[in-house]
Amino acid sequence: MTRMGFSIDLERCVGCQACVIACKTENGTPRNIHWMRVLEKEEGAFPDARRSFTPVRCNHCANPPCVAACPTGAFVQRADGVVVVNESVCVGTMACLTACPYYVPARYDGGDGYFGKKLTMYEEAKYSNFREGTAQKCHFCYPRLDEGRPPACVEACPADALNYGDLDDPESPINIELQRRRHFRPREELGTDPSTYYLVGKGGGPAVGVS
Amino acid sequence: MAALSEWQERLEETALAPIRRTGRRFWALVAFLLAVIGWGAYAYSVQLRDGLVVTGMRDRISWGLYISTFVFFIGISHAGTLISAILRVSQARWRTPVTRMAEFVTVVALVCGASYVIIDLGRPDRLLNVVIYGRWQSPIIWDVLAITTYLTGSITYLFVPMIPDLALFRDRLAGRTSRWRGWLYTVLAIGWNGNATQRRSLTSAIGVLMILIIPIAVSVHTVVSWIFAMTLRVPWNSALFGAFFVAGAIFSGIGILIIVMAVLRRAYHLEEYVTEKHFVYLGYLMATFAAIMIYANISELLTHGYKLSEGVEFHFRQLFLAEFAPLFWFYLLGGLVTPIVIALLPATRNVRGMVVAAVLVTLAMWIERYVIVVTGLRVPLMPYEPASYAPTWVEWSLLAAGLALFALLITVFTKVFPIIAVWEVAEDHEATVAPPGTVRPAALETPKLAGEVGP
Repeated sequence: MTRMGFSIDLERCVGCQACVIACKTENGTPRNIHWMRVLEKEEGAFPDARRSFTPVRCNHCANPPCVAACPTGAFVQRADGVVVVNESVCVGTMACLTACPYYVPARYDGGDGYFGKKLTMYEEAKYSNFREGTAQKCHFCYPRLDEGRPPACVEACPADALNYGDLDDPESPINIELQRRRHFRPREELGTDPSTYYLVGKGGGPAVGVS
Repeated sequence: MAALSEWQERLEETALAPIRRTGRRFWALVAFLLAVIGWGAYAYSVQLRDGLVVTGMRDRISWGLYISTFVFFIGISHAGTLISAILRVSQARWRTPVTRMAEFVTVVALVCGASYVIIDLGRPDRLLNVVIYGRWQSPIIWDVLAITTYLTGSITYLFVPMIPDLALFRDRLAGRTSRWRGWLYTVLAIGWNGNATQRRSLTSAIGVLMILIIPIAVSVHTVVSWIFAMTLRVPWNSALFGAFFVAGAIFSGIGILIIVMAVLRRAYHLEEYVTEKHFVYLGYLMATFAAIMIYANISELLTHGYKLSEGVEFHFRQLFLAEFAPLFWFYLLGGLVTPIVIALLPATRNVRGMVVAAVLVTLAMWIERYVIVVTGLRVPLMPYEPASYAPTWVEWSLLAAGLALFALLITVFTKVFPIIAVWEVAEDHEATVAPPGTVRPAALETPKLAGEVGP
């Protein structure tokens, strides 16, 4: 079996938002919708102040509450563990938004593009993948996975902070990294069995208090 | 026996009166209600055009006023079940004059409640997908099943005991009313002529229905609570939720029934049948349920508050001190404590007092549903700033339209169907008038409660 996992190295992340832009470019998510986000926080006081960055995205849980809550089966867990949304089936009950403890699914409302009412050619082409009044979220760039390519965010990261791979394969680079490094998963205690691992330094704990 | 038949005649005339006479005030009311519904339809057309973005619901607080109102209406639909089925099973005779109204409330409230689920959908045009692709793993599908079952059950339960009265209407109004009415009563009376076989069938049908409808009603509101309790939201994480919602449902159902009774009693001069005793008895019942609600609240708040696990402190702060404090305190003091005080004090133990209590309860129970939904979603699960939610004019308009639709359907029902269960009231009356010939005043024989204010 394959189970797609994702690791985020909080020691390496520089908060450049390249992953956010790469995701936007790849998936053409409309205005106000972000499948990838980087939370920023300032900690401490001068001269011991530092900024910390926490990239967040869908955790593609092995036990996903969104899939359970969806009345129409618009949320589907693929064989490789990736949770995808079939927007053409969604009726918009917003049960997934209520079910997800990570605030990942979001409702698409239509509306203006980034440059006002008139959409650019790029926006016109990409927004047609989204259905007004339905829920959508990160799909792990599954079209790329199926071609054997990495997700757009992983590819774009200049600090090599993002990684992905098969958690069921003990030899996969992500598993080797997880054995070597201290790590935690977001809100593991809820029993969702998330597939995202945050890698932290020796003394490091959760950066922005995720978990 | 002359007195008895005179009594029967007066009862039938009272039941027929709303159909015989329709005043100008009735049409004024209907016009007003239609105007409110029309405004709501306009608001909904705006929502259909622009999407749910015209509501206050956003990604973090994705359910709001619509879902609260849905829970509220499904709650008040328990009026009928309680009054009718539970009191019928326990053979409390005093209930007979108000059963029909209670069953009206049930059916109408269910129709109104179910429509809020559709209003809340982002894609109502795809409603059929719920049937085509429905998955049993989702609590929303449990809801769809429970509510459709309950609606079917309560329409049946409204209809079956009404058959003899429909036959009465058919016979008494034959040739003296419009053609469609004559046709309607003939069809709906399904050939009732009151012979012994028919009476036996009717009695056993009612017997089966009143037993069946109770578990269905209890399950409906339990399942409604599960769309919340089955999520990972902190304030909804409670096994008590099902019972708590059912108690709240019956509580608000009694409240709305008292209001409907008071309005219909005045409008159609039912003082002889719907007496002060009915208000006081229902007021006692409402006070009992207020006590159950107080118990449930203490139990719920204490188990959460004692442990004060993650998110609970935030939740308690918003409930008791901050954003939702005025609403929540009104609910606790005005909606739960005051009705008990009103029922206990002899000075307020009358029709007016009970109506005031019922209005407080109805208002408080809507607020309770709203507070449960919104505060539950507001407690942050991730280290983000707490989200906020405020209903927009579209949502308020649709709330007003829903309440207007409720009132309109009740009003129209009273103009078409018998609002008093004539044959049951007559049967009870005959049973209590003994020996034949000596007719006592119209009051029905009932066990006296301590401190009861006589009719």
